[in-house]
Amino acid sequence: MVSAVMSAAEPDVVRRRNWLTNANAWLLLLPAIVLMAAFTHYPILSTLYHSFFSMSRGGESEFVGLENYTYMLEDDVFRQVLRNNIVFALATVPTSIALALLMAVWVDKKISGRSFLRLAFFTPTVLPMIAVANIWLFFYTPEYGLLDQFLKSLGFSGHNWLGDPSTVMSCLAVMVVWKEAGFFMIFYLAALQTIPPELKEAAEVEGASRWYFFRRVTLPLLMPTTLFISINALINSFKLVDQLVIMTKGGPNNASSLLLYYIYEVAFTFQDTAFAATLTVTLIAILAGVALTKFVYLDRRIHYQ
Amino acid sequence: MRQQSHSVETVAAWALALLWLLPLAYSLWSAFHPSEYATRFDLTAPLTLENFVRAWNQAPFARYYLNTLMLVSLVLAGQLVVSTLAAYAFARFRFFGREVLFALVLVQLMIMPDVLIVENYRVISALNLLDTIPAIALPYIASAFGIFLLRQTFKSVPNELVDAARVEGASSFGVLWRVFVPLGKTTYIAFGLVSVSYHWNNFLWPLIVTNSVESRPLTVGLAVFGAPETGVDWSVITAATVMTMAPLLLAFLLFQRQFVQSFMRAGIR
Amino acid sequence: MKFKTKALLTAGFMTAASLSASIAHAVDLTMYYPVAVGGPVTKVIDDMVQKFQKENPDIKVEAVYAGNYTDTMTKAMTAMKGGQPPQLSVLFSTDLFTLIDEKAIVPIGEIPGADKEWLNGFYPAFMENGRVEGKTWSVPFQRSTIVLYYNKEAFKDAGLDPEKPPTTWAEMAEMSKTLVKKDASGNVTRWGVEIPSTGYGYWMLQALAIENGQKLMNEAGNQVSFNAPKTVEALQYWVDLSAKESVMPKGAVEWGTLRTDFLEGKTAMMWHTTGNLTAVKEGAKFDFGVAMLPAKERRGSPTGGGNFYVFKSASPEQQQAAVKFIRWMTAPERAADWSIKTGYVAVTPAAYETDVMKTYVKDFPQATVARDQLEHAVAELSVHDNGRIYKILNDAVQAAVTGTQTPKEALDSAQKQSERVLSRYK
Repeated sequence: MVSAVMSAAEPDVVRRRNWLTNANAWLLLLPAIVLMAAFTHYPILSTLYHSFFSMSRGGESEFVGLENYTYMLEDDVFRQVLRNNIVFALATVPTSIALALLMAVWVDKKISGRSFLRLAFFTPTVLPMIAVANIWLFFYTPEYGLLDQFLKSLGFSGHNWLGDPSTVMSCLAVMVVWKEAGFFMIFYLAALQTIPPELKEAAEVEGASRWYFFRRVTLPLLMPTTLFISINALINSFKLVDQLVIMTKGGPNNASSLLLYYIYEVAFTFQDTAFAATLTVTLIAILAGVALTKFVYLDRRIHYQ
Repeated sequence: MRQQSHSVETVAAWALALLWLLPLAYSLWSAFHPSEYATRFDLTAPLTLENFVRAWNQAPFARYYLNTLMLVSLVLAGQLVVSTLAAYAFARFRFFGREVLFALVLVQLMIMPDVLIVENYRVISALNLLDTIPAIALPYIASAFGIFLLRQTFKSVPNELVDAARVEGASSFGVLWRVFVPLGKTTYIAFGLVSVSYHWNNFLWPLIVTNSVESRPLTVGLAVFGAPETGVDWSVITAATVMTMAPLLLAFLLFQRQFVQSFMRAGIR
Repeated sequence: MKFKTKALLTAGFMTAASLSASIAHAVDLTMYYPVAVGGPVTKVIDDMVQKFQKENPDIKVEAVYAGNYTDTMTKAMTAMKGGQPPQLSVLFSTDLFTLIDEKAIVPIGEIPGADKEWLNGFYPAFMENGRVEGKTWSVPFQRSTIVLYYNKEAFKDAGLDPEKPPTTWAEMAEMSKTLVKKDASGNVTRWGVEIPSTGYGYWMLQALAIENGQKLMNEAGNQVSFNAPKTVEALQYWVDLSAKESVMPKGAVEWGTLRTDFLEGKTAMMWHTTGNLTAVKEGAKFDFGVAMLPAKERRGSPTGGGNFYVFKSASPEQQQAAVKFIRWMTAPERAADWSIKTGYVAVTPAAYETDVMKTYVKDFPQATVARDQLEHAVAELSVHDNGRIYKILNDAVQAAVTGTQTPKEALDSAQKQSERVLSRYK
């Protein structure tokens, strides 16, 4: 306010003050800018740059244009991995959201022991994925694992869950949903608590059933949260590969491999940094696509409301 | 009718909750009982700490704990400082390039250091910081998430408080320290809990960037420990797993409300 | 007062002098090593290193356990590229081409201290993977061949002669059928034989291929024969064991848990590395035998395991210290001790002549089977970019074993992918 008054009267001082403000602001931002440039912006550009070169074992690199990209598109493993990511996202995202909503509704109601419920659902969130993977690895172990023992006690035969390409993805998806649903429940909880209770009372007075109310009022009001969670869950499904490192290593035959894990394998096990750069560019492009969808679609919806 | 459906729902909710706790409960069972009882649920089975002793002796867990503590502290401290300064600038200053810079910050919300492992590895290696704890921490210290949260909080601080402080002769930095930071306390706690949880549990980047026991955090230590090619003794591995999860889990059980509220606050944008 | 000061000064001086003396003399070596077998192997290594350091106080060795072979290679490579390479490491004998391409190692044969007599003392079969272009680059340490472990009590139980393990493919399939045991509801409680398809599936496939008379790679390491008819036949035999003969469980058989399966009687026979021998011996509650792998056209097994490599970035002083350490670790007494504690084949004939080994073998003749098989052994699959090729072949094995692809389809795909990777090295 003070500066506004001043700007009307004294342009010279304002210019100096603006210069000072600018300098101050930039100084405050300096650490953040330096770190982000070094570990986010530069790497993105550098990855793009390196994807146009090839790197031989001895360390010599040469410009190859789009060759790495053609190699990637012809790579059966890449196609498998991309397919896996999509399947995985489709399996985990809607399921986590549905469960999260269910959990939130239950915790929000006056059910006895709701803090116990909340505890039970949220606990997996504070566990490291690698610990979760260890526990579930034992569940899925053929013969001795908990799941097989349980099935055998019921008279069914066991199965090599993680060693069978047709079951491995579902098994991993179940585990990931177990870990993530509670986290998303929190967002729904917060959103549910912002729904004014008058709406609910009004609906009851009008004789609307709970389900009707839920479908016509609650769900639409939760839409922004649902979208927000979907974006988050989608990003997570691309980011979360810890479990692959100790459970399946992407196998059998790449049936459970995901893009980020493939990047890790190519870059650090096979030391092919050029191809890894190409794959990373693809991953960045996908994430950027999701971001754009969010900013365009989501923001438009918010403005509408 | 209402009563019936209500109790059916209660039962269903409880069933789901118990099912949800099953994996964790199982890991605790397996860790505290001798290996013969790993899959036999004999309630009279003897409790034992032997698995923990064996796990502790087989790998340097004490050092892993220390490394993890140092790591999360370093990350949090760095994040608090950097985010506060940056959020302050974004929230209360009008300066040249503000929109552009903020957009650049938002980029990190979508494309996180977790996916840029290959290039970040190259950068850390060029800085000669490989295999150190700062190496694990550095890519995360400038946290777009933190800047975002704090900016919102700072923006909502009433101007009167700022003016009052200025009248008393405080510099910009003084205003920051005396007005904004105290008012952002709840946001700081929320962010702190989310950050510590995240970095305690982080795995892939630390795996790549550390080589030796001196810098390895718990998660990587656990993975190396459970290497399946030597054959597995599940009870010992579960004990090691429990040791890795325990601190956060205990903190969560003790400070449930704070944790839940923090994550909630962090999510409301 | 004066005396005290003098005493203190002298003490201080002497400490400083001895400190600087020790600092000046100690050579520091870092070594990465893998473990792919069961048992307290890291402890054995640590004990050996301690002993060495006691006898050689001027050399300090930090032995870092780095996971399995792939993990250890990854660690060594990333450490090297990050500017902090180890001075020596135990890595796959077949990592040779890759390490040479990366300009990472120096030929051990050319380091002062590595004389011809010592190098000629190793089993030639184990030296094959370490020699290229007439130079000796690496030296064997934890070497193995695949052997057939069989449960003698299970044999008796099924009416088979416990002293006559199968010697041909046909025999193995037949005997396995007799060995399969089922319970009342028809579920299998004991399988006939298990061949692991995870971890090192390519290694097992190479064994089958050799027994069928097919070599998988050329000398130069830039050409592979994964989809040659005999290789496909070999993989088909493997797949048929579970698909047709039902003597092996369907799906992937885990490298890490196979030993436990055998010890618990869930399978009567298993193909596994001799490196697991001592762990099996310690854990077996029954009489078991060890036999060479069965033949089709011939007997055969690839050698396996790790060699010592010395890195180029080590200073000449460190390289010589490394050679000293390697010579110590492979001396007959140590090689014998290491073999007894793990089951790996002792890398020199001299080791088998030591008293401790002679006594051991008398009581436990199973310990010499893997060594006797050396006569029929061939070099392990050694190619450029081997890590990648192994993964490709492992994937093919898993695809065939889980029924996702036929052996021909899987191997055709593996051949195509491998040719793409190897084209760079032609």
